[in-house]
Amino acid sequence: MTVTINHYLIVSLLLFAIGFLGVLVRRNFLTILMSIELMLNAVNLNLIAFSRRLSNLTGQVFSVFVITIAAGEAAIGLALTISYFRQRKTLDVEQAHTMQG
Amino acid sequence: MRHLIWAIPLLPLAGFAVNGLLYLLSHRTQGEAHGHGDESHAAPALDHGAHGGGHGDAHSEIPFRSVHTAVGIGSVGLACLLAFGAIFDIGLRAFAEGASHTVTLYRWIPLGVNQAVGQVHGGTADWFVDAAFRLDSLSALMLAFVTFVGFLIHVYSAGYMAHEEGYGRYFSYLNLFMFAMLVLVLGANFLMLFVGWEGVGLCSYLLIGYYYEKSFAADAGKKAFVVNRIGDFGFILGIFGVLALFGTLDFQTVFAAAAANPSAYTPFLTLICLLLFVGACGKSAQFPLYVWLPDAMAGPTPVSALIHAATMVTAGVYMVARCNVFFRLAPEAMIVVAVVGAFTALFAATIGVVQNDIKKVLAYSTVSQLGYMFLACGVGAFSEGMFHVTTHAFFKACLFLGAGSVIHAMGGEQDIRKMGGLAAKIPTTYRTFLIATLTIAGVPFLAAFFSKDAIKAAVFHAEFEAIPWLPRVLYAVALFTAGLTAFYMFRLLSLTFWGTFRGTKEQEAHVHESPATMTVPLIVLAFLSVVSGYVGVPIIEHGDRIGEFLKPIRLPIAGLPEKGHHAPISLELALMAAAVAVAAVGIYLAWSWYAKGEGRVPARLAEQWPGVYRAVSNKYFVDEAYDRVFVRGLAIGGGRFLWEVDATVVDLIPNGAGAVTRGASWIASFFDQYVVDGLVNGVANALQALYGLFRRAQTGRVQNYALVMGGGLFCLVAVYLLFR
Repeated sequence: MTVTINHYLIVSLLLFAIGFLGVLVRRNFLTILMSIELMLNAVNLNLIAFSRRLSNLTGQVFSVFVITIAAGEAAIGLALTISYFRQRKTLDVEQAHTMQG
Repeated sequence: MRHLIWAIPLLPLAGFAVNGLLYLLSHRTQGEAHGHGDESHAAPALDHGAHGGGHGDAHSEIPFRSVHTAVGIGSVGLACLLAFGAIFDIGLRAFAEGASHTVTLYRWIPLGVNQAVGQVHGGTADWFVDAAFRLDSLSALMLAFVTFVGFLIHVYSAGYMAHEEGYGRYFSYLNLFMFAMLVLVLGANFLMLFVGWEGVGLCSYLLIGYYYEKSFAADAGKKAFVVNRIGDFGFILGIFGVLALFGTLDFQTVFAAAAANPSAYTPFLTLICLLLFVGACGKSAQFPLYVWLPDAMAGPTPVSALIHAATMVTAGVYMVARCNVFFRLAPEAMIVVAVVGAFTALFAATIGVVQNDIKKVLAYSTVSQLGYMFLACGVGAFSEGMFHVTTHAFFKACLFLGAGSVIHAMGGEQDIRKMGGLAAKIPTTYRTFLIATLTIAGVPFLAAFFSKDAIKAAVFHAEFEAIPWLPRVLYAVALFTAGLTAFYMFRLLSLTFWGTFRGTKEQEAHVHESPATMTVPLIVLAFLSVVSGYVGVPIIEHGDRIGEFLKPIRLPIAGLPEKGHHAPISLELALMAAAVAVAAVGIYLAWSWYAKGEGRVPARLAEQWPGVYRAVSNKYFVDEAYDRVFVRGLAIGGGRFLWEVDATVVDLIPNGAGAVTRGASWIASFFDQYVVDGLVNGVANALQALYGLFRRAQTGRVQNYALVMGGGLFCLVAVYLLFR
């Protein structure tokens, strides 16, 4: 069986769905962050698949950008997580409601 | 070299930055080590109280001492070299023919196009102010003596302030002063001049209040600052006037425009000149605003020499000389300048006669000499005024530094009644002081003889169309003041250096000659106060070199012929003889009353006219009058008056308005309650029903929002895929 673009897209879709669901239902900061990473990587997979298929390097270049941004996002997110944990002794996002109107 | 003139002011600025940062740094570490940096200050009893104490160990205690000295003196020394380099690069002869060099750093304030005013008077419609420096003959003259005297006084300070805790602070302020003064001198437009003008005012304040632990020094600083504000207020109004009238502040453009087409500007120029002169009065300590200068002696003596005698206080004269085109077109303003100058000269000289503090005598002498310079400007003799500014810078700096050396020797004593017989003990100081005293007294062939003689001759030949007899009166005042000057200076000299020592035994044992860093500047300045007069020798052809040098500044005005006075040589000689005779009488009286008669005659005179003596020795109660009228009268009494006015008159308006408002508001509230409120409540009720629906959606949970967003996206994509 040859691996066509459809296979890539299905894996990408599944990854994205798992990530999106994780963001929606998990209450732990760390898990949410990891879910976001999943979504970003799903997008990367998508971009690279199309890049291969269309013989256009832009998609690959773009995914390198996404990886870079993801690294920055992860760093900031983890920093926020740590400082949040220090303040509240918990990682539950439901508790983060002091700014709630 | 000429393109480097921008670096001349910036060098001392860099020095200020380095010295200031180092001082802060050392101060902070000191503060951490000893708990409190400020309290470890040995508060000096007077200006130089610390001199009385031991020498030696203090040296090692001051952190970065050698760096402060090197940076402080080095930056000014370099600036001085650059200044002379630039001046000789252009060349003295070229200056006399009107050469100048402008360096524009950047466009400082672009004001945009003003069509309303600029074009009416034929000025440029595009208004802007450049950060620009210009070196022409007038600024070259100022630059030369400001940097040179400044350098000498920095060197002197290294010796004089050697035992002071705030050594670094002192040098950083002094460098900042040099920066501001050089901006003032080199500025190519009114605003640059004003920046320097305010900068030197600030530094003057900082340095007068150098011994800020002492309330009199802090108060004197504040007094100087406040009195100068009054003058600066007039000055900046004058600058606004110039901008409104000409549409530019650049000196060359403004003066060329005024000289080419005087009739377009003359009605306004009188007002502008008077406003500018108010500024000059403040900075140069002229009659109504002179009160700060004698009090400014609370600062260290080298500061008095540099700022309050040689350079800053002559800024007013420089400004008036710079604006000579304006003043020549405003004869009424010229009369005011001349009369204020002559009155100040006489007034301050009479006070100087009875002062007993060595620095106060010199301070009043400075006020008096500044009056002389303004008198010169007032009669149109601007180059003669600047000539006296130059010679005065040398001999007055020499006198002040000499006084500092005397105070240093006496361990902080300033009262000349407790001195006497110092000539043999501090011979170098004595000789230089004697030379400077002979100079200021107007002894023939020394510097001030030529410069004062030039002023007196100009006053004698002056013509005022409005008041024809005025020049004669002014001449008499000038002549009498010259006699008074000779008298009080020789009184000072004989009380300080001649006769027998009148202080305590400890003081007598302590008296010692100052170190070389102090005596060398004294010798250089004494030498200059002898020879600097030879740039302005009268009668001889091409003798008046300084007049020729400054000639390009005096632009020829269209329709106003220059009236050069060509008096016969015999008359010139007679005027000189009169001046010398008056000076001789002054010197003789001082010598016979104080040196020979040991003060018996003046004591008897004071007894005979106690009222006069009391008035003069209390400085004519001017400070008390200002306190009564302005401080207590206007500030406090005026405040009460305004309160009364407020309570009775002004309040009528709000009270009446209140009654009207109450009536109107009753009607309004009726309308409001039933018509407006009905509408408002109706709308509100309708909205309340609506928002109950939407507010459920606002849970404040990001995950809910993400879910809605995902759902929405899904719906949109589904619709797109299904119906495309």
